Amino acid sequence: MAAFDEQCEILVHTEAGPGYRYLVLAAPKLAAVLVPGQFVHVKVPGLEASALRRPFSVFDADDGKVTILYKVVGRGTEALSRTAVGAAVNVLGPLGYGFPVTCKGVPLLVGGGYGVAPLHFLAKRLLAQGVADAPELFLGGRTKDDLLALDRFAALGVVTHLATNDGSVGAKGFVTEPLDDRLIELREQDKPFELFTCGPDGLLKAVADRATGTNRPGWISMDRHMICGVGACFACIQKIKGADGQPFNARCCVNGPVFAAKDIIWE
Amino acid sequence: MVDLSVNLGGLAMRTPVTTASGTFGYGSEYVGALDYAKLGAVTAKGVRMEPWPGNAMPRHSEVFGGLVNAIGLQGPGVEAFVAHYVPHYVDTVGEVVGAANVPPMIVNIWGGSIEEYAAVAARLSEAGAPVAAIEMNVSCPNVKAGGHTFGQDPKVLSEVVKAVRAATKLPLIVKLAPNVPDIAPYAKACEDNGADALALINTIPAMVIDIEKRRPVLANRTGGLSGRCVHPVAVKLVHDAHRAVKLPILGMGGVYEAKDAIELMLAGATAVAVGTATFTAPETAAKVCDGIAAYCERHGFARASDLTGALDA
Repeated sequence: MAAFDEQCEILVHTEAGPGYRYLVLAAPKLAAVLVPGQFVHVKVPGLEASALRRPFSVFDADDGKVTILYKVVGRGTEALSRTAVGAAVNVLGPLGYGFPVTCKGVPLLVGGGYGVAPLHFLAKRLLAQGVADAPELFLGGRTKDDLLALDRFAALGVVTHLATNDGSVGAKGFVTEPLDDRLIELREQDKPFELFTCGPDGLLKAVADRATGTNRPGWISMDRHMICGVGACFACIQKIKGADGQPFNARCCVNGPVFAAKDIIWE
Repeated sequence: MVDLSVNLGGLAMRTPVTTASGTFGYGSEYVGALDYAKLGAVTAKGVRMEPWPGNAMPRHSEVFGGLVNAIGLQGPGVEAFVAHYVPHYVDTVGEVVGAANVPPMIVNIWGGSIEEYAAVAARLSEAGAPVAAIEMNVSCPNVKAGGHTFGQDPKVLSEVVKAVRAATKLPLIVKLAPNVPDIAPYAKACEDNGADALALINTIPAMVIDIEKRRPVLANRTGGLSGRCVHPVAVKLVHDAHRAVKLPILGMGGVYEAKDAIELMLAGATAVAVGTATFTAPETAAKVCDGIAAYCERHGFARASDLTGALDA
């Protein structure tokens, strides 16, 4: 659907972990139409008027509220982190194509760091509509401080498999290790599955390789710097195989941010 | 009631406001976020004969007061543009403002040779409404062959303008580079060879370096600067070009509010384009249109066209 902008009051703005924050916005129009994997483009209060918007995936959209889970990484998110409850934020959305909210088999949700955000929204919607197999979360991060929203997944009753690079929580190493263990189990049980992922590019490629290697659907959410968010500027491209089989530079904002694993051309 | 209509070298615009090429996709991307009824035209992103992949990533970097980009003119090629993008624009915009109110489209073109420029112009001339004018890009700083090279020498510029003029009867706008010592010989080259209007300014060549990595931020190394910070440069060049030639001017560069557009018009622009501002505030072009009308009322101008070059000194 066409994008529109909504003036949203900040209802809650709290720490989600060291350097991470939850932003809960009163956004009745956007909350009613957003689907998991879509994103919103935020005009950050406190930046100069000509500063570009910042894109954020959606952690939750429910009951007239939109929740964003973000990491403070630059001057945009730094300024956003200083915005107080009660302030108004201009939000453009709904943007992009999200995840399919259906799954043939077990939904395996694989996140890295704050890439967990859209997977929470997806898990919630999959459970709300009653999928045959419960979604499972595989979450990786550098340390335990980078494993976010575990309480929210616990509240949804989602089984989680954790990994940290330093071994402070879960398996020591990459999240692909517990994922591979589970893929072997599922193969032994002859159970189908689909992969849904968001996080750093290395993880996305690793998950996409497992989807294509097992000939199962994989849904890959790309995190890219953006300018317009609506397809007008061509700044956020990803090379993919087009419908005609030829490579082309797709716009992550309108052709994605979620792409089918089999279509992505990694460079 | 202020008469907002202007005529840009044969292109009838119901308001003096359009969008800048490269900031407005193929016209339909901002449906829902902007009132298209306030636009005198939209300007589509640059097209050449064949599909073009554009530059590698990263393609942009935010800077204070603006944006440096090196998108590299990615595009579908003129056939796909005419077959798919133009009808999509008519359908999607027509749905929200009514078929009769779909703004005419200015199509930005480029090529790797003079012959290619002419061929793209000829193809677009057969497209019919809403394709209503051609904006020749001879000033893109981000592609090696084509674009920029044709706009840096008045003799070469004369040849390419002459060739495109012979290939089309559509209003022909030539978009010039700001980074020349004197705009006059370029403006005259366009006027002498049959152009109907000038567009000023394209982005200003620029560079951003990541000091931690000691690397250029853009994959293309350099890019073009746009946004709020380029506005006074645009005002000066529009002013200079307006003094040098009789051609109407489409002014652009850092238009974020009506005041910026009015400055460009007083400097000599007949119409204005909103570019980078749209990325942050999609409704900017519509607000600029309203603000021009309000200014005309306040200052007793019956027609927006009376603002062109209306400097008091």
